[in-house]
Order: sequence, then structure tokens, then C-alpha cells
Amino acid sequence: MYWNKEEIDDIIEARGNNQSSIISILQDIQEKYRYLPVEILEYVSKKMDLSPAKIFGVATFYENFSLEPKGKYIIKICDGTACHVKKSIPVLEALRKELNLSEKKHTTDDLLFTIETVSCLGACGLAPVITINDEVHGKMTPDKAVDIIKGLKEGTGNGN
Amino acid sequence: MKGTMIIDGRKVEFDNEKNVLEVVRKAGIELPTFCYHSELSLYGACRMCIVEDKNGKIFASCSTLPKDGMEIKTHSPRLKKYRRNILELLLANHDRDCTTCEKTGNCTLQELAARFGITKVRFGELVDRLPIDTSSLGIVRNPNKCILCGDCVRMCSEVQGVGALTFAYRGSRMRITTAFDRQIGEVNCIDCGQCRAICPTGAIAIKNENCKFWELIHDENKRVVVQIAPAVRVALGEEFGYEPGEVTIGKIVAALKMLGVDEVYDTAFGADMTVIAEGQEFVERLNTGENLPLFTSCCPGWVKFAENRFPELLDNISSCKSPQQMFGSVIKEYYKEKDKNDGKETVVISIMPCTAKKAEAAREEFVHNGVRDVDLVITTQELALLIKEAGIKFEELEDESFDMPFGLVSGSGVIFGSSGGVAEAVVTSLLEKKPDNISKELMFKDVRGLANTKEATYQVGDRQVKVAVVHGLKNAENLINKIKSGEKEYHIVEVMACPGGCIAGGGQPVPVTGDVRQKRSLGLYRLDRSSQIKSSEQNPLIKSLFEGMLKDNHEILHVHRKEKADIE
Repeated sequence: MYWNKEEIDDIIEARGNNQSSIISILQDIQEKYRYLPVEILEYVSKKMDLSPAKIFGVATFYENFSLEPKGKYIIKICDGTACHVKKSIPVLEALRKELNLSEKKHTTDDLLFTIETVSCLGACGLAPVITINDEVHGKMTPDKAVDIIKGLKEGTGNGN
Repeated sequence: MKGTMIIDGRKVEFDNEKNVLEVVRKAGIELPTFCYHSELSLYGACRMCIVEDKNGKIFASCSTLPKDGMEIKTHSPRLKKYRRNILELLLANHDRDCTTCEKTGNCTLQELAARFGITKVRFGELVDRLPIDTSSLGIVRNPNKCILCGDCVRMCSEVQGVGALTFAYRGSRMRITTAFDRQIGEVNCIDCGQCRAICPTGAIAIKNENCKFWELIHDENKRVVVQIAPAVRVALGEEFGYEPGEVTIGKIVAALKMLGVDEVYDTAFGADMTVIAEGQEFVERLNTGENLPLFTSCCPGWVKFAENRFPELLDNISSCKSPQQMFGSVIKEYYKEKDKNDGKETVVISIMPCTAKKAEAAREEFVHNGVRDVDLVITTQELALLIKEAGIKFEELEDESFDMPFGLVSGSGVIFGSSGGVAEAVVTSLLEKKPDNISKELMFKDVRGLANTKEATYQVGDRQVKVAVVHGLKNAENLINKIKSGEKEYHIVEVMACPGGCIAGGGQPVPVTGDVRQKRSLGLYRLDRSSQIKSSEQNPLIKSLFEGMLKDNHEILHVHRKEKADIE
């Protein structure tokens, strides 16, 4: 995969080259590359004099970090209590079926879509809720969700 | 801080104890712990050391400061219930193959389960097993036996400055692993085995190679030559009820003979060779001023650490092979002719206190045409198992002496096993006028002992030689940074990876505490005091070896490490 040392240097410089900045540095890297590539983490480890194991520990502790490439559209399905009772699971299942994904496979092969579940998005009034790249879609039904995805696939949607 | 606490209804004075746990232990109550080790940072994870105050509040005693007037109970009904619960939950998550576990009989989890009377676990057994990692040459990791106390993680990063291990993932998926879940043999692990020495269960164990030992012993075409490192003789006895530091070398030799070994030699002889070769190298460097300070090269954990972290220092590390490897090459050379005449093949097995020695012996620099200088490395712990397996009653053995010609050693060679010993031996060899026992002790008191970093200056000829001694690689890292910044300047720096030196190596009997380290170390210095030959170059056999076989063959004592570029 393509990456640029200078870009990483800039991130580290901006956040400060000390241990306590590691989380924000990882966030910036993930924002730029949509995930945390191993090669970059190894570079960060050398640059910051932190063991690669330590960085791996941080990167795997937080659900938000991903060591696998994520899709262009990241779909988060809320499965908090409110959304769950409002039938979030059928929405999840419909999306997985539409995109050929499963509990183990989160990202489509064309790297277009990633499906994640989250515990609460704080928009319980709109339950069930999904977000697509941080854009909130409330009162979802399986059909509505699948329509949005189809729209994105055809390039008519507004996901990014 | 001083004060008085009431523990289980009795008054206990405290004075500068670091935490309530230490005060409780001072009062003669052995609270159980998995994750508390005085030399590591506080973690407070295992919750075994909980106590209850007079308001019914329960807290971990390891992470609470003692206060004047504090009133606590250590075994109230609630505490007993909670402790049992915690243990049961740990056991539920734990591989239950106790009967086939290497750690059985020496496992803290097993011991506490018995102590708290847990005769059955109410919870089901874990079905999903994680793969066992056998990729390292020194240790085996079985994550199914891990209780997540984190001792290994903290040992690896805080004491050794390596950081090969980490906690990863979270919640019920949490486990201890390496960077990116790689195999331990593929990461920056230096094979020191300190993780194994501190692991309370069998999750990290020595890579047991006793099968190979038996194979070599039972092969009639092999001449089995054993070398024993100095540190083994002050620790092996612990496995048979002797006090730490008690020297049982006569029995060890006898046991090896009974196991079927042909010749038993002393690695201290290898150390004597190292002293001469390293001394010569040091004097050369002192005269030319090049590549100073000279770092010692005996410790393979340190060498690997330097390759990973300080490749720019590789020219400063002595080019001498470690005593194990020097001796391996000399033994192979010595028996060359004999082997031809007898139609046998000589194999060298070394008994080492160290797991990293297993990896050292396998390094490509020490393999020639597929034949290793040292064919097999067995740790102190494995030897104890071999002796037990063979049914030898160790304590009843009559002492036997080493075989000749490589069984006569100097006291200097013996103290190689303790932090400070290598520096002391090299300096002693360079002194024109050798000190006697009493003046030697005074002279070298600054480099002996368990202080983190030790330094001293010695008058060698017309030069003042500045010596530094460091053990524990985190301490070494700190010292190196000071040397690089110019804050400190030395001529010779002795580095041993394990705290205390080889006497507390990763292959030694456990548990290892500060007190055990002290006793084992003193055991070696006692041997030095009672040895007739004080300095390596006074060893007549060393003299004849250097004037004979090694005269035109000095090369076999030195190592040609790969260039820095190759390592990266």
C-alpha cells in the first residue's frame, strides 16, 4: 500500500512526539488512510521510540481503530437498547445480505462498504438509527436502509 | 511514614512500607498475589490481596498506602468468599491439564486453589483453545494457561526495556500477545526468559529439549561432552531442597555421569579463555583509543538487544565469543583427532542458567557446515527434570570432580555468573600485582552486589580504567543513553540482561527474589575465595592451551557478527 513518511512525520509533529499523544496520532492516521496499516505503525514505533507491541495494544483496545482496511462508506448500525427494541437487528441483517457481509466479514471486497455495530449513537429519539460516514439516518427500516445503499452504489447518494 | 495499623485485631507498626500489603506480610500473614512484585510497577489486577477495613470497604492492599490508625481484616467471611470466587473464575478460564503441565507443583494458581480449598470449579471449561507458540528457541507460550496478571508484560518492558509482549484487545477477548499477533520468535524478543521466570502459571515455559538430550546420550556413536556454567551450581540444589546459593557442583557432576555423559567440563574454563582474549582486546583498544568503551559480549540477551536497539554500538561490543561458544569451539577442535581415531562424533551439551543461550548456540555464526559448536543447551531447570526423571537421588550423591583437561578453573571464571563478575575478572587479569582475598573484596566491592548500575575506577599499569557494570536491560539502555550524550565516560562496560546476572537467568529455578539473587551471588564469590587460582591467566591449563592449540588458531575465540546492514 502507498504511504508517505513525510505525512506521518507531520502528524507526529503536530500531535507531539511523546507517548501520551499516541491515541490522537493513531486517530489522524486512521482518518487519512481509513485504517491503521501495519507498516505505518511500525514506522511510528521507530519514530516515537515506543515498542510496536505497545502500539498494537492501544490499536486493538479501542473498537474505533481498525487494522484492516475499511470501506469508503462506513455504516454504523446502532444496537443500543432503544434501537435494539425498535428492531435494529433486521436492519443490520438486511444490510449484510445486500452487501454479502457477515459477522466475521465487515468490509466488501471492493472496499466500498464497511458495516459496524455500535452501542449507542445518542440519537435514541430517531431509533433505529444508522450513520453513514457520520451522516445520521433515523427511523430506519430494512428496506429504507437497503435503498440508501443502492443509491450509494449507483453514485447518486450523498455519503461522502 | 511511620504509624500503627491494626491487622486482624493485632497492632502492627509500620515504617516506610510501600503499601498495606507489605505491612500485612511484615505482620506474618502471607496474603496471596499473582500480579504484585516489588520490583515491578503496581498493577492491582489480580485482586487476590484484598482486605476489608472497619467500615466494610474492600480494597486491594497492594495499591493502598498504609495510614496511621488503619484497621483491617485479611480473612473476613466476605473476603474469603470473594477470593474463592476470583480463583474459580480464573480457573474457569484456564487450561486444566495440570497433570501434563511443566509448571505443575510450582504453579501459583495451583497452589492457591489448593490453599483455598477449591476442589471443583463450578463453571464450564473453555472450549476454544488458542494456538501454542513454539517459535522461540528459548521459551514456549501457551496463552490458554494465561491469567492476564501482566507480570511478563511489565517485566519485559520495565526491567528489560524490550517490550516484546503486550496486552491486546479488550474485555473477554483480552490476551497477552506480541506486536500484530506475530510469533514470538519473529519479534524483538531477546530470549532472556525473564517473562518465564516471573510467570505464575505455565503460560510461559522454558522450551524443553530433554528429548534431544536423551537422544544424544543413547547414541553410541556420540561422545557426549558437557560444559556447566558457573551459575548452575548455586541454584540447581534448590530443586532438591537445598538453600539458594548452596554449591552442589560435585553432585551435579556425579548426576551427569550417572545420566551417561562421557566428559563433564566447567564453562568457567571458557570464561577463563574469555578473560584472556577480552583482556588482550581491551588493552589493544585502550592503546589505540578505538571503539571505547568496550562492551562485554558474554550475554546473548544483551547482544541481541544491542543489535535491535543500538546497532551503532556493535563495533564496541567485544569480538570475543561468549564462554559457552568459545568453549564449544575449543572442545570440538580438541576432540577432532580423537574422533577420527575412535570413530566417534563429539557433541557438546551445555548446562546453562539461561534460555537465551539456546538461541545463541543456534546463531549462524556458530554453525559450521551444518554442525553447531554447541549442539544442545539444557537449562538448570531442565537438568533438574532429567535428574528426577532418571530417579537419581540427588541429595545422596557423592561429590565428583570435573574431568580434565578442562576442569581446572580460576575463581575469576566462576564469578562470571554474577553481575560484576566479568568486569572483576578482566580487571584482575590486567593487574600486575594480584590482590589477596581480603584486598580483592575491598577492591571490587563497588562492582559486586545488586545495585542497578555500578561504577569504579582501577589503576591498570599507568592508566586509570573506568569500569561500569549494569544488569537489567532497561538500566543498560539508560546507561548507554548517558554514555552517548557524553554525561558518562567509561573504558569498559559489563552488561548482563538479567537482574543480578546469570545467577538469576531465565533458565534458573523459580521463584527468584532479591534475597535469592543475593544468596546465589554470594555462593559464587565464596567459590572464588576458596579457589587456589585467582586470576584466569594464572590457570596453568589456560596457559598451555594458549601456547599450544590456540597459538596459531586465535580466530576460533572470536566472532564475526553480521554487518549492521544485514541485521536490519
